[in-house]
Amino acid sequence: MTEVKMTVNGKAASGNVEGRTLLVQFLREDMGLTGTHVGCDTSQCGACVVHVNGEAVKSCTMLAVEAQGAEVSTIEGQAAPDGTLNTIQQAFQDHHGLQCGFCTPGMVMSAAALLKDNPKPTESDVRHYLDGNICRCTGYHNIVKAIMAASGQDVSAIAGE
Amino acid sequence: MYNFDVEMPSTIADAVTALARDEAQPLSGGQTLIPTLKARLAAPSVLVSLHGIAEMKGVSAQDGTVTIGGATTHATVAGEVADAYPALASLAGRIGDPAVRNRGTIGGSVANNDPSACYPAGVLASNGTVVTNTREIAADDYFLGMFETALEEGEIVTAVKFKIPEAAHYEKHLQPASRFPLVAVFVAKFADGVRVAVTGASENGVFRWTEAETALSADFSVEAVAGLKADGSSMISDLHGSGAYRAHLVGVMTKRAVAAINA
Repeated sequence: MTEVKMTVNGKAASGNVEGRTLLVQFLREDMGLTGTHVGCDTSQCGACVVHVNGEAVKSCTMLAVEAQGAEVSTIEGQAAPDGTLNTIQQAFQDHHGLQCGFCTPGMVMSAAALLKDNPKPTESDVRHYLDGNICRCTGYHNIVKAIMAASGQDVSAIAGE
Repeated sequence: MYNFDVEMPSTIADAVTALARDEAQPLSGGQTLIPTLKARLAAPSVLVSLHGIAEMKGVSAQDGTVTIGGATTHATVAGEVADAYPALASLAGRIGDPAVRNRGTIGGSVANNDPSACYPAGVLASNGTVVTNTREIAADDYFLGMFETALEEGEIVTAVKFKIPEAAHYEKHLQPASRFPLVAVFVAKFADGVRVAVTGASENGVFRWTEAETALSADFSVEAVAGLKADGSSMISDLHGSGAYRAHLVGVMTKRAVAAINA
Protein backbone atom coordinates (compact mmCIF):
# COMPACT_ATOMS: atom_id res chain seq x y z
CA MET A 1 0.00 0.00 0.00
CA THR A 2 1.13 3.51 -0.80
CA GLU A 3 0.03 6.68 0.92
CA VAL A 4 -1.38 9.20 -1.55
CA LYS A 5 -2.02 12.83 -0.78
CA MET A 6 -3.84 15.19 -3.07
CA THR A 7 -6.18 18.14 -2.99
CA VAL A 8 -9.76 17.27 -3.87
CA ASN A 9 -12.14 20.18 -4.45
CA GLY A 10 -9.80 22.44 -2.50
CA LYS A 11 -9.49 20.19 0.54
CA ALA A 12 -6.55 18.01 1.53
CA ALA A 13 -7.26 14.32 0.90
CA SER A 14 -5.13 11.29 1.70
CA GLY A 15 -5.40 7.56 1.91
CA ASN A 16 -3.58 4.26 1.50
CA VAL A 17 -4.03 2.65 -1.88
CA GLU A 18 -2.80 -0.34 -3.83
CA GLY A 19 -0.83 0.20 -7.02
CA ARG A 20 -3.86 -0.87 -9.05
CA THR A 21 -6.31 1.47 -7.31
CA LEU A 22 -7.85 3.74 -9.92
CA LEU A 23 -8.33 7.41 -9.24
CA VAL A 24 -12.09 6.94 -9.57
CA GLN A 25 -12.02 4.17 -6.95
CA PHE A 26 -10.10 6.41 -4.56
CA LEU A 27 -12.58 9.24 -5.09
CA ARG A 28 -15.68 7.09 -4.74
CA GLU A 29 -14.68 4.50 -2.18
CA ASP A 30 -12.08 6.28 -0.03
CA MET A 31 -13.33 9.86 -0.30
CA GLY A 32 -17.03 8.96 -0.57
CA LEU A 33 -17.40 11.26 -3.57
CA THR A 34 -19.81 9.12 -5.55
CA GLY A 35 -20.82 11.86 -7.96
CA THR A 36 -18.06 10.71 -10.29
CA HIS A 37 -19.58 7.74 -12.08
CA VAL A 38 -18.15 4.58 -13.58
CA GLY A 39 -20.09 3.85 -16.75
CA CYS A 40 -18.05 1.68 -19.06
CA ASP A 41 -14.76 1.27 -17.17
CA THR A 42 -13.04 1.12 -20.58
CA SER A 43 -12.38 4.87 -21.12
CA GLN A 44 -15.12 5.23 -23.70
CA CYS A 45 -18.06 6.83 -21.93
CA GLY A 46 -16.67 9.79 -19.98
CA ALA A 47 -18.98 9.49 -16.95
CA CYS A 48 -15.84 9.47 -14.79
CA VAL A 49 -14.30 12.71 -16.12
CA VAL A 50 -12.67 14.82 -13.41
CA HIS A 51 -10.04 17.54 -13.61
CA VAL A 52 -6.47 16.79 -12.55
CA ASN A 53 -4.36 19.92 -12.31
CA GLY A 54 -6.98 21.68 -14.39
CA GLU A 55 -7.14 19.14 -17.20
CA ALA A 56 -10.06 16.83 -17.95
CA VAL A 57 -9.10 13.18 -17.55
CA LYS A 58 -10.94 9.88 -17.36
CA SER A 59 -10.50 8.90 -13.73
CA CYS A 60 -11.16 5.23 -14.56
CA THR A 61 -8.01 5.24 -16.67
CA MET A 62 -5.56 6.81 -14.26
CA LEU A 63 -4.03 5.27 -11.18
CA ALA A 64 -4.64 6.96 -7.85
CA VAL A 65 -0.89 7.04 -7.16
CA GLU A 66 -0.43 9.04 -10.37
CA ALA A 67 -2.48 11.83 -8.78
CA GLN A 68 0.04 12.14 -5.95
CA GLY A 69 0.23 15.84 -5.04
CA ALA A 70 -2.31 16.84 -7.70
CA GLU A 71 -5.23 19.25 -7.54
CA VAL A 72 -8.33 17.22 -8.36
CA SER A 73 -11.77 18.71 -9.05
CA THR A 74 -14.92 16.61 -9.17
CA ILE A 75 -18.59 17.30 -9.75
CA GLU A 76 -19.04 17.76 -5.99
CA GLY A 77 -16.86 20.86 -6.13
CA GLN A 78 -18.84 22.60 -8.85
CA ALA A 79 -21.78 24.04 -6.92
CA ALA A 80 -21.31 26.74 -4.26
CA PRO A 81 -21.14 25.55 -0.63
CA ASP A 82 -24.78 26.58 -0.11
CA GLY A 83 -25.84 24.33 -2.99
CA THR A 84 -26.27 27.05 -5.61
CA LEU A 85 -25.51 25.44 -8.96
CA ASN A 86 -22.71 26.85 -11.08
CA THR A 87 -23.42 28.33 -14.49
CA ILE A 88 -22.98 25.07 -16.36
CA GLN A 89 -25.06 23.02 -13.94
CA GLN A 90 -27.83 25.63 -13.98
CA ALA A 91 -27.79 25.64 -17.79
CA PHE A 92 -28.19 21.84 -17.82
CA GLN A 93 -31.25 22.26 -15.60
CA ASP A 94 -32.67 25.17 -17.59
CA HIS A 95 -32.27 23.46 -20.96
CA HIS A 96 -33.18 19.94 -19.90
CA GLY A 97 -29.64 18.73 -20.61
CA LEU A 98 -30.15 15.46 -18.77
CA GLN A 99 -32.66 12.71 -18.39
CA CYS A 100 -31.41 9.81 -16.26
CA GLY A 101 -28.43 11.89 -15.15
CA PHE A 102 -25.82 9.14 -15.15
CA CYS A 103 -23.54 10.82 -17.69
CA THR A 104 -24.16 14.31 -16.33
CA PRO A 105 -21.19 14.60 -13.92
CA GLY A 106 -18.81 13.78 -16.76
CA MET A 107 -20.66 16.06 -19.17
CA VAL A 108 -20.46 18.98 -16.74
CA MET A 109 -16.76 18.41 -16.06
CA SER A 110 -15.99 18.12 -19.77
CA ALA A 111 -18.03 21.25 -20.46
CA ALA A 112 -16.09 23.11 -17.78
CA ALA A 113 -12.80 22.06 -19.37
CA LEU A 114 -14.02 23.14 -22.81
CA LEU A 115 -15.23 26.56 -21.67
CA LYS A 116 -11.98 27.20 -19.80
CA ASP A 117 -10.00 26.82 -23.06
CA ASN A 118 -12.67 28.05 -25.45
CA PRO A 119 -15.11 30.45 -23.71
CA LYS A 120 -17.28 30.99 -26.82
CA PRO A 121 -17.35 27.64 -28.63
CA THR A 122 -19.37 27.02 -31.76
CA GLU A 123 -21.98 24.27 -31.75
CA SER A 124 -19.52 22.17 -33.76
CA ASP A 125 -16.74 22.82 -31.19
CA VAL A 126 -19.03 21.56 -28.43
CA ARG A 127 -20.05 18.44 -30.32
CA HIS A 128 -16.43 17.61 -31.13
CA TYR A 129 -15.31 18.20 -27.57
CA LEU A 130 -17.94 15.77 -26.30
CA ASP A 131 -16.46 12.97 -28.45
CA GLY A 132 -15.50 11.09 -25.30
CA ASN A 133 -18.73 11.60 -23.34
CA ILE A 134 -21.56 9.24 -24.15
CA CYS A 135 -25.21 9.93 -23.27
CA ARG A 136 -27.81 7.27 -23.98
CA CYS A 137 -30.88 9.37 -23.19
CA THR A 138 -30.86 12.87 -24.56
CA GLY A 139 -29.59 12.53 -28.11
CA TYR A 140 -27.12 15.29 -27.11
CA HIS A 141 -29.13 18.22 -28.48
CA ASN A 142 -30.05 19.67 -25.12
CA ILE A 143 -26.60 18.99 -23.68
CA VAL A 144 -25.05 21.00 -26.52
CA LYS A 145 -27.67 23.68 -26.04
CA ALA A 146 -26.98 23.86 -22.30
CA ILE A 147 -23.24 24.23 -22.82
CA MET A 148 -23.76 26.92 -25.46
CA ALA A 149 -26.09 28.73 -23.05
CA ALA A 150 -23.55 28.41 -20.23
CA SER A 151 -21.06 30.16 -22.49
CA GLY A 152 -23.41 33.13 -22.62
CA GLN A 153 -24.46 32.66 -26.23
CA ASP A 154 -27.96 32.90 -27.67
CA VAL A 155 -29.28 29.37 -28.11
CA SER A 156 -32.73 30.16 -29.43
CA ALA A 157 -31.75 28.98 -32.94
CA ILE A 158 -30.29 25.64 -31.80
CA ALA A 159 -32.56 22.69 -32.28
CA GLY A 160 -33.63 21.03 -29.07
CA GLU A 161 -36.15 18.54 -27.86
CA MET B 1 -6.61 -5.93 -12.60
CA TYR B 2 -4.02 -7.99 -10.85
CA ASN B 3 -2.11 -5.90 -8.34
CA PHE B 4 1.30 -4.39 -9.03
CA ASP B 5 3.77 -1.97 -7.50
CA VAL B 6 4.16 1.47 -9.04
CA GLU B 7 7.49 3.24 -9.23
CA MET B 8 7.55 6.97 -9.93
CA PRO B 9 11.06 7.90 -11.05
CA SER B 10 11.89 11.51 -11.91
CA THR B 11 14.81 10.85 -14.27
CA ILE B 12 15.35 8.58 -17.26
CA ALA B 13 18.28 6.94 -15.46
CA ASP B 14 16.10 6.05 -12.46
CA ALA B 15 13.39 4.71 -14.77
CA VAL B 16 15.89 2.44 -16.52
CA THR B 17 17.06 1.15 -13.14
CA ALA B 18 13.47 0.52 -12.04
CA LEU B 19 12.70 -1.32 -15.28
CA ALA B 20 15.41 -3.84 -14.45
CA ARG B 21 13.13 -5.24 -11.74
CA ASP B 22 11.51 -8.56 -12.49
CA GLU B 23 8.33 -8.33 -14.64
CA ALA B 24 8.55 -4.53 -14.82
CA GLN B 25 6.82 -2.56 -17.53
CA PRO B 26 6.81 1.17 -18.36
CA LEU B 27 3.56 3.12 -17.87
CA SER B 28 3.22 6.29 -19.88
CA GLY B 29 -0.22 7.90 -20.24
CA GLY B 30 -1.91 4.56 -19.56
CA GLN B 31 -4.70 5.09 -22.07
CA THR B 32 -3.98 1.72 -23.65
CA LEU B 33 -2.08 -0.03 -20.87
CA ILE B 34 -4.61 0.50 -18.08
CA PRO B 35 -7.51 -0.96 -20.12
CA THR B 36 -5.16 -3.82 -21.09
CA LEU B 37 -4.42 -4.48 -17.42
CA LYS B 38 -8.13 -4.37 -16.58
CA ALA B 39 -8.70 -7.06 -19.20
CA ARG B 40 -5.85 -9.05 -17.61
CA LEU B 41 -4.08 -9.19 -20.96
CA ALA B 42 -0.89 -8.14 -19.17
CA ALA B 43 0.23 -8.90 -15.63
CA PRO B 44 3.36 -6.90 -14.77
CA SER B 45 4.48 -6.94 -11.16
CA VAL B 46 5.88 -3.42 -11.37
CA LEU B 47 4.75 -0.44 -13.42
CA VAL B 48 7.35 2.27 -13.89
CA SER B 49 5.50 5.53 -14.44
CA LEU B 50 7.22 7.86 -16.90
CA HIS B 51 4.82 10.68 -16.10
CA GLY B 52 7.09 12.50 -13.67
CA ILE B 53 10.19 12.59 -15.86
CA ALA B 54 10.59 16.26 -16.81
CA GLU B 55 13.41 15.59 -19.30
CA MET B 56 10.96 13.49 -21.36
CA LYS B 57 8.39 16.27 -21.77
CA GLY B 58 8.12 19.12 -24.19
CA VAL B 59 8.44 20.11 -27.81
CA SER B 60 11.19 21.89 -29.71
CA ALA B 61 11.61 22.78 -33.38
CA GLN B 62 14.82 23.77 -35.10
CA ASP B 63 16.68 23.17 -38.37
CA GLY B 64 13.72 21.50 -40.02
CA THR B 65 13.20 18.97 -37.23
CA VAL B 66 10.53 18.78 -34.53
CA THR B 67 11.61 16.90 -31.40
CA ILE B 68 8.92 15.73 -28.98
CA GLY B 69 9.69 14.24 -25.58
CA GLY B 70 8.34 10.72 -25.13
CA ALA B 71 6.13 11.66 -22.17
CA THR B 72 4.53 14.59 -24.00
CA THR B 73 0.75 14.33 -24.22
CA HIS B 74 -1.25 14.43 -27.44
CA ALA B 75 -2.93 17.63 -26.19
CA THR B 76 0.44 19.33 -25.80
CA VAL B 77 1.56 18.25 -29.27
CA ALA B 78 -1.74 19.45 -30.76
CA GLY B 79 -1.16 22.87 -29.22
CA GLU B 80 2.58 23.39 -29.40
CA VAL B 81 3.45 21.88 -32.79
CA ALA B 82 0.71 23.74 -34.68
CA ASP B 83 3.10 26.37 -36.07
CA ALA B 84 6.11 24.15 -36.84
CA TYR B 85 4.29 21.13 -38.27
CA PRO B 86 0.53 21.67 -38.58
CA ALA B 87 -0.28 18.25 -40.07
CA LEU B 88 1.33 16.54 -37.09
CA ALA B 89 -0.52 18.80 -34.66
CA SER B 90 -3.74 17.93 -36.47
CA LEU B 91 -3.00 14.21 -36.11
CA ALA B 92 -2.36 14.60 -32.38
CA GLY B 93 -5.48 16.70 -31.91
CA ARG B 94 -7.70 14.00 -33.40
CA ILE B 95 -6.50 11.02 -31.35
CA GLY B 96 -9.22 9.59 -29.10
CA ASP B 97 -11.08 12.36 -27.28
CA PRO B 98 -10.01 15.42 -25.24
CA ALA B 99 -9.64 13.57 -21.92
CA VAL B 100 -7.62 10.80 -23.55
CA ARG B 101 -5.39 13.39 -25.24
CA ASN B 102 -4.66 14.95 -21.84
CA ARG B 103 -3.09 11.68 -20.66
CA GLY B 104 -1.96 9.68 -23.69
CA THR B 105 1.61 10.25 -24.86
CA ILE B 106 3.55 10.00 -28.07
CA GLY B 107 6.11 7.67 -26.51
CA GLY B 108 3.39 5.32 -25.32
CA SER B 109 1.75 5.23 -28.74
CA VAL B 110 5.00 4.63 -30.60
CA ALA B 111 6.18 1.97 -28.12
CA ASN B 112 2.88 0.12 -28.29
CA ASN B 113 2.63 0.29 -32.11
CA ASP B 114 -1.03 -0.58 -32.27
CA PRO B 115 -1.80 -1.48 -35.91
CA SER B 116 -4.54 1.17 -35.90
CA ALA B 117 -2.75 3.93 -33.96
CA CYS B 118 -2.30 7.37 -35.51
CA TYR B 119 1.24 8.32 -34.47
CA PRO B 120 3.09 5.47 -36.21
CA ALA B 121 1.79 6.78 -39.56
CA GLY B 122 3.01 10.27 -38.74
CA VAL B 123 6.44 9.06 -37.63
CA LEU B 124 6.95 6.80 -40.63
CA ALA B 125 5.71 9.32 -43.23
CA SER B 126 7.86 12.06 -41.70
CA ASN B 127 10.99 9.91 -41.98
CA GLY B 128 11.20 10.26 -38.21
CA THR B 129 13.61 8.91 -35.65
CA VAL B 130 12.71 7.16 -32.42
CA VAL B 131 15.10 8.17 -29.66
CA THR B 132 15.57 5.81 -26.73
CA ASN B 133 17.70 5.81 -23.62
CA THR B 134 20.40 3.93 -25.53
CA ARG B 135 20.18 4.82 -29.25
CA GLU B 136 18.38 6.45 -32.16
CA ILE B 137 16.31 4.24 -34.49
CA ALA B 138 15.14 5.36 -37.94
CA ALA B 139 11.38 4.93 -38.38
CA ASP B 140 11.99 2.61 -41.34
CA ASP B 141 13.83 0.22 -38.98
CA TYR B 142 11.62 0.73 -35.94
CA PHE B 143 8.10 -0.49 -36.78
CA LEU B 144 8.40 -4.27 -37.19
CA GLY B 145 4.82 -5.49 -37.17
CA MET B 146 1.57 -5.56 -35.24
CA PHE B 147 2.48 -4.39 -31.69
CA GLU B 148 6.12 -5.11 -32.57
CA THR B 149 8.96 -2.60 -32.58
CA ALA B 150 12.75 -2.60 -32.50
CA LEU B 151 12.67 -1.75 -28.79
CA GLU B 152 14.63 -4.09 -26.53
CA GLU B 153 13.47 -5.17 -23.09
CA GLY B 154 13.70 -2.22 -20.70
CA GLU B 155 14.34 0.31 -23.47
CA ILE B 156 12.33 3.55 -23.21
CA VAL B 157 11.21 5.90 -25.99
CA THR B 158 12.59 9.16 -24.61
CA ALA B 159 11.80 11.33 -27.66
CA VAL B 160 10.60 11.20 -31.24
CA LYS B 161 12.08 13.39 -33.98
CA PHE B 162 10.19 14.38 -37.12
CA LYS B 163 11.61 15.87 -40.30
CA ILE B 164 9.32 18.74 -41.27
CA PRO B 165 8.06 18.23 -44.84
CA GLU B 166 7.19 20.99 -47.31
CA ALA B 167 3.56 19.96 -46.95
CA ALA B 168 1.67 17.12 -45.33
CA HIS B 169 -1.79 15.90 -44.47
CA TYR B 170 -3.24 13.14 -42.31
CA GLU B 171 -6.54 11.75 -43.53
CA LYS B 172 -8.39 9.23 -41.41
CA HIS B 173 -11.57 7.25 -41.73
CA LEU B 174 -12.83 6.64 -38.21
CA GLN B 175 -14.05 3.35 -36.89
CA PRO B 176 -16.92 5.03 -35.06
CA ALA B 177 -17.04 2.80 -31.98
CA SER B 178 -13.36 2.66 -31.08
CA ARG B 179 -12.48 6.08 -32.54
CA PHE B 180 -9.30 4.52 -33.87
CA PRO B 181 -8.74 4.84 -37.61
CA LEU B 182 -10.36 2.12 -39.65
CA VAL B 183 -7.80 3.26 -42.20
CA ALA B 184 -5.72 6.42 -42.15
CA VAL B 185 -3.02 7.75 -44.45
CA PHE B 186 -0.30 10.31 -43.76
CA VAL B 187 1.15 11.90 -46.88
CA ALA B 188 4.35 13.95 -46.45
CA LYS B 189 5.84 15.84 -49.38
CA PHE B 190 9.58 16.48 -49.08
CA ALA B 191 11.88 18.24 -51.54
CA ASP B 192 13.47 14.88 -52.40
CA GLY B 193 10.30 12.82 -52.63
CA VAL B 194 6.96 11.88 -51.12
CA ARG B 195 6.34 9.44 -48.28
CA VAL B 196 2.96 7.77 -47.75
CA ALA B 197 2.32 5.85 -44.53
CA VAL B 198 -0.80 3.79 -43.88
CA THR B 199 -2.23 2.74 -40.52
CA GLY B 200 -5.27 0.67 -39.59
CA ALA B 201 -5.07 -1.50 -42.68
CA SER B 202 -2.30 -4.07 -42.57
CA GLU B 203 -1.99 -7.15 -40.41
CA ASN B 204 1.68 -6.13 -40.10
CA GLY B 205 0.92 -2.70 -38.69
CA VAL B 206 1.91 0.64 -40.18
CA PHE B 207 3.52 0.48 -43.64
CA ARG B 208 4.69 2.69 -46.49
CA TRP B 209 2.68 2.50 -49.69
CA THR B 210 5.65 2.64 -52.02
CA GLU B 211 3.71 2.53 -55.31
CA ALA B 212 1.89 5.70 -54.30
CA GLU B 213 5.18 7.28 -53.14
CA THR B 214 6.77 6.66 -56.54
CA ALA B 215 3.75 8.01 -58.42
CA LEU B 216 3.41 11.09 -56.22
CA SER B 217 7.12 11.84 -56.27
CA ALA B 218 6.90 12.05 -60.08
CA ASP B 219 3.59 13.92 -60.16
CA PHE B 220 2.02 15.22 -56.95
CA SER B 221 -1.60 15.09 -58.02
CA VAL B 222 -4.74 13.11 -57.26
CA GLU B 223 -4.66 11.78 -60.81
CA ALA B 224 -1.23 10.26 -60.25
CA VAL B 225 -2.63 7.83 -57.66
CA ALA B 226 -6.14 7.48 -59.07
CA GLY B 227 -5.35 4.25 -60.89
CA LEU B 228 -3.35 2.60 -58.08
CA LYS B 229 -4.79 -0.22 -56.00
CA ALA B 230 -3.32 -1.21 -52.66
CA ASP B 231 -2.92 -4.94 -52.11
CA GLY B 232 -5.66 -6.12 -49.76
CA SER B 233 -4.44 -9.70 -49.37
CA SER B 234 -2.60 -9.09 -46.08
CA MET B 235 -4.97 -6.49 -44.73
CA ILE B 236 -7.05 -6.76 -41.58
CA SER B 237 -10.46 -8.33 -42.14
CA ASP B 238 -12.92 -8.01 -39.27
CA LEU B 239 -16.54 -7.15 -38.65
CA HIS B 240 -15.79 -3.49 -39.37
CA GLY B 241 -14.48 -4.10 -42.85
CA SER B 242 -12.90 -6.68 -45.12
CA GLY B 243 -9.32 -6.52 -46.34
CA ALA B 244 -10.58 -5.50 -49.78
CA TYR B 245 -12.61 -2.67 -48.24
CA ARG B 246 -9.59 -1.46 -46.30
CA ALA B 247 -7.44 -1.63 -49.43
CA HIS B 248 -9.99 0.52 -51.21
CA LEU B 249 -9.96 3.00 -48.32
CA VAL B 250 -6.17 3.26 -48.54
CA GLY B 251 -6.60 4.65 -52.05
CA VAL B 252 -9.44 6.97 -51.05
CA MET B 253 -7.61 8.35 -48.01
CA THR B 254 -4.44 8.89 -50.06
CA LYS B 255 -6.34 10.80 -52.74
CA ARG B 256 -8.08 12.95 -50.12
CA ALA B 257 -4.77 13.73 -48.42
CA VAL B 258 -3.18 14.77 -51.72
CA ALA B 259 -6.22 16.86 -52.59
CA ALA B 260 -6.06 18.57 -49.21
CA ILE B 261 -2.39 19.42 -49.69
CA ASN B 262 -2.99 20.75 -53.21
CA ALA B 263 -6.08 22.74 -52.22
